[in-house]
Amino acid sequence: MNTHQASFVRASMIEASPAPLLESGVAYWLRKNLFATPKDTALTIISLLVLAWLIPPAIQWLFIDAAWSGGGRGVCATVAQGGSQPDGWSGACWAFVNAKFSQFIFGRYPPDERWRPALVGVIFVLILVPMLIPKVPYKGLNAFLLLVVLPILAIILLPGGWLGLTYVETPLWGGLMVTLVLSFVGIAVSLPLGVLLALGRRSTMPVIKMLCTIFIEIVRGIPLITVLFMASVMLPLFLPQGVTFDKFLRALIGVSLFASAYMAEVVRGGLQAIPKGQYEGADSLGLGYWQKMNLIILPQALKLVIPGIVNTFIGLFKDTSLVSIIGMFDLLGIVRLNFSDTNWASAVTPVSGLIFAGFIFWLFCFGMSRYSGFMERVLDTSQQR
Amino acid sequence: MAIGATTTPEKEKPAGSFINDPQVRGIFYQAITVIILALLIYWIADNTIENLRRANIASGYGFVRGRAGFDVGQSLIAFTSDSTYGRALVVGFLNTLLVAIAGIITATIIGFIVGIGRLTHNWIIAKLSLAYVEVFRNIPPLLVIFFWYSGVLAVLPQAREALALPLNIFVSNRGVAFPKPVFGDGFQYTFYAFILAALASFLVSRYARRKQAETGQRMPVLWTVLGLVIGLPLVTFLATGAPLAFDVPVAGKFNLTGGSVVGPEFLSLFLALSFYTAAFIAEIVRAGIRGVSKGQSEAAHALGIRPRLTTRLVVVPQAMRIIIPPLTSQYLNLTKNSSLAIAIGYADLVAVGGTILNQTGQAIEVVSIWLIVYLSLSLATSLFMNWYNARMALVER
Repeated sequence: MNTHQASFVRASMIEASPAPLLESGVAYWLRKNLFATPKDTALTIISLLVLAWLIPPAIQWLFIDAAWSGGGRGVCATVAQGGSQPDGWSGACWAFVNAKFSQFIFGRYPPDERWRPALVGVIFVLILVPMLIPKVPYKGLNAFLLLVVLPILAIILLPGGWLGLTYVETPLWGGLMVTLVLSFVGIAVSLPLGVLLALGRRSTMPVIKMLCTIFIEIVRGIPLITVLFMASVMLPLFLPQGVTFDKFLRALIGVSLFASAYMAEVVRGGLQAIPKGQYEGADSLGLGYWQKMNLIILPQALKLVIPGIVNTFIGLFKDTSLVSIIGMFDLLGIVRLNFSDTNWASAVTPVSGLIFAGFIFWLFCFGMSRYSGFMERVLDTSQQR
Repeated sequence: MAIGATTTPEKEKPAGSFINDPQVRGIFYQAITVIILALLIYWIADNTIENLRRANIASGYGFVRGRAGFDVGQSLIAFTSDSTYGRALVVGFLNTLLVAIAGIITATIIGFIVGIGRLTHNWIIAKLSLAYVEVFRNIPPLLVIFFWYSGVLAVLPQAREALALPLNIFVSNRGVAFPKPVFGDGFQYTFYAFILAALASFLVSRYARRKQAETGQRMPVLWTVLGLVIGLPLVTFLATGAPLAFDVPVAGKFNLTGGSVVGPEFLSLFLALSFYTAAFIAEIVRAGIRGVSKGQSEAAHALGIRPRLTTRLVVVPQAMRIIIPPLTSQYLNLTKNSSLAIAIGYADLVAVGGTILNQTGQAIEVVSIWLIVYLSLSLATSLFMNWYNARMALVER
């Protein structure tokens, strides 16, 4: 009856034999990813050669031959240039970055008062970190701290002039501090303003729609530097005699308005992607315009365009470096200002300073883009059910 | 009677609903906006007129006929400090166009190479391309410009110790000097021959396409066109006695003399814009190619079309459709970013305008010229790209 009892049929399965050597392991990976075709092989060899030509000298220049500490240009110049390094030497001048580090962070803020921006910075990080981790509760309170309490604290502490704090005028501000303040305010202003502009551009009221469209298209059509010029040259013309605006504030207004036009287009993309049924559903529930937008449309639309929003933030962060052209000393501006310090002028100082500034900018921008990718996965509820 | 009965409910509205009518509210809000805006504009205009009167600045565009009194580093047309402000602005505009077009071409080439590199199966090429994109996308373009300008080009050897490259090209901290072609008498015939050849190639390829559509026979179009475009001008050039000489740069005691020199300002701006924008173009290209579904190339293979033709006739045309719109905005970004020239003193429109603004105080006029020029550049680019996009767009039946 039971035919499976036949002695020529195995009672158990055979173990799978290992894959052939050529189809597994390191050799297989190499063959598949680096040497699949003759063309691939040639490309691999060429790029390995290029890397071998570039990487060791770069490491040599950046780390091994670099001048790490010292009190003046001597450590970064060769004997022929009046320094202490042997002739033909070339390496990064990290001693310059080391000596100027606190200036790169705080600009020309008086050294005795630097605890104020440092304190604001520490509080900012303490508030921002729980805000960024999705699992931490009390997001509403957190946002309140970040968007209301922190700015008030910063307005009290950074310029000073009351509560017994000495007044530090904004031309003395500089370095990473200015970059971060500009970007924070730019981000905090441009997102709500951008949302308003996007809603205005999709409004059914013709006048509002036209005004928003004109604003967005003009600002997007011109370079930021002309906007900054307008803020610094034309704003004084527009105001009555005697009313003056702080230069820092003018740059802030310029950067925020510029970013909000780009933000508006990103948000508009999100609004257009929301199906009409969502609008009609909200209408049929009897919601008013702002209720409809706040409760139904915007939460969905903004979630859709997170990558675009973060890209605009990154662009804004990079664009703050342009204020160095209108005579403010952000991170890039203060690094460049120090090139002309005769105590440190040498052939390698500019490159070292710029690599340092570039690395800081890169760190922030790369961090933001990674975080946006993370948030996209966290918020991705609709696609994977 | 019946008609009257059906229309009355629409006419007579319940009391109080007038204020809740969205249309009435809309008109009300818009009227308020217009009034506030008009008051604001009136206030600004009033202040401006008052301020201008105080500062003794005559408004209007008459200043463009004034003597400039400054020199520009690099100019495509003749310019001296005796030329007018208007001519200075034209010089700036041409310089903007020059760096933008050069940058767009280079950025497109690098961007396509890197973008395709990210998609290859070759692990090392893909990782290198990824590293390129992640580095350049996250660094401000202004910093890249300074990197080239004060980090690389400024520390090159002096002009008298210039690095000599093949073909009589010299690299020094004053820029790149290369042989300048000097066109002799009769060179125009070569130019005419080239135009003739281009026209002929156009006709040949049209004829070939029609013939293929009718009979299915393919002509060797590529070789014919290459032969025409290279051969015809070459023959004319030799027949007219090769009227072309080169003015070669010569290393003198202090400086290089002769040849054409491209200054370090142009070079650093051009290099920085190309490398920066290329990172964005690479991502666009990658997204475009990945946006073509795999079934398309599989279907082409199933039809027996060879891999290279599959890429050219099936994948690329569909990818271009995805690539073109964002590519346009990158081109516009590059053009707008070329205004960073002012930071290193390359005489582009914004830099020249800034100098004029400082000299004359004509802030409103200069800024309005900037606005008009950049807005029309944006408009022209998007019109051209829309036309191209319409040609490439999906033809649905």
